[in-house]
Amino acid sequence: MSDFRRLLVTDVARHYGRRKALSQISFSCEAGEIVGLLGPNGAGKSTLLNILATLLTPSRGTVQYGDRTVRDGGAEVRAQIGMLGHDLFLYPELTANENLSFFAHLYGIADVPATVTAALARAGLSERGNDLVSGFSRGMRQRVALERALLHDPNLILLDEPFTGLDQSSTAALVGRLQERQRAGCMIVVATHDLDVADGVLTRAIYLKDGRIVGTDTDTHNLIDRYRRVIQ
Amino acid sequence: MGGFARVAWHVMRKDLTVEVRSREILFTTLFFAVSVVLVFSFALVREGRAPDDVAAGILWVAISFAGTLAMGRTFERERYNDTLRALILAPADRPAIYAGKLLGLLLLMALVEIVLVPLVALLFDAPILKYPGLLATLLAAGTLGFSAVGTLFAAMLVRVRSRDTLLPVLLYPITIPVMIAGVRGTAALFQATPDEPMARFWIGLLVFWDAVFVTLALWTFEPVMTE
Repeated sequence: MSDFRRLLVTDVARHYGRRKALSQISFSCEAGEIVGLLGPNGAGKSTLLNILATLLTPSRGTVQYGDRTVRDGGAEVRAQIGMLGHDLFLYPELTANENLSFFAHLYGIADVPATVTAALARAGLSERGNDLVSGFSRGMRQRVALERALLHDPNLILLDEPFTGLDQSSTAALVGRLQERQRAGCMIVVATHDLDVADGVLTRAIYLKDGRIVGTDTDTHNLIDRYRRVIQ
Repeated sequence: MGGFARVAWHVMRKDLTVEVRSREILFTTLFFAVSVVLVFSFALVREGRAPDDVAAGILWVAISFAGTLAMGRTFERERYNDTLRALILAPADRPAIYAGKLLGLLLLMALVEIVLVPLVALLFDAPILKYPGLLATLLAAGTLGFSAVGTLFAAMLVRVRSRDTLLPVLLYPITIPVMIAGVRGTAALFQATPDEPMARFWIGLLVFWDAVFVTLALWTFEPVMTE
């Protein structure tokens, strides 16, 4: 499968019994974009991210990764997606090195030791690679988790509340890393409440409320004012 | 190493590394299994003599109860930090992930059985050394059939709130053929004059059930894990 350069979401809905978690969601994301999913708790941001990550099947509508869907892409689509969840997808009983090596093997990366060494260096944790993740601060764990999500150089990066619990320097490092991936041509979709951090970083904001898109913005400066205007 | 074997190996190695660091499942399971055997021995052994033909049943009760405990815990761990989602999101063969979890569980159960079998032999006068190869094969085949179904159900139930209650409720009825074959085969080896042909017959039946259960579990793991 060729690398996909466009994500196209068309009329996606997700129902849990009678409850509609998402309805009529349509948008696209192009290479080099950072799209923000903004909205209050229960707006459907995480459900939408899970659908984009292929972890949930939409009740209606389609998600196209380039010219493929999950149905005809499967593992090949998943190989080009990197996800950082609100929970960090790391084993606290393993070292940073072991965590990254394990996932590198699952992704079938050819030179695992070199890839892991480079990832630890990018996370600024070369000296702590053999320490258990359970002994790391939230910021350090987040850096390892981000590098875990980026190990296989994915085209589509999905982040669920990535800035929660981070101090200023960790937040700045995370934003820097995302902008570096943006310049490399990745598509990035971020669900966040941290509007002050996302301010000016996003290339597009999509506002969600009660499972529906209630607005979009391509100017993402003064996000807090825009958010209040659209959501409240 | 092929893709399937590579993924299964790394999942198993990861599970064992986590277990070596925490020793949580092994110690809990072992303590529980030994307690079950001791309780039966207090209840049944009179003046140093155990009733005939109870050792096989007690051994399999201890194995199945301890195994259920271990199965629940292996997937419970994947709920912490939501690592199960990371496993499912990887482009690896999902049945290989199942195989890795199953292999890890089988190794843990083997360690438990290494302690359990001599203990049962000691307390209930079971002749475990007459046909050690057949007994080991019988235990391995029975544990595989039981664990194959249990690993699948534990994965299915990992997101369900009442998983600890539901796992035995679902597991025991389906694994009844394995339990019957395991108990009858072991009883044939434990009786005063061991019945080797009968033990071989039950081993054959266990191998058949293993093939059925492992095939079904590998086939259904992917749809079960994706919503």
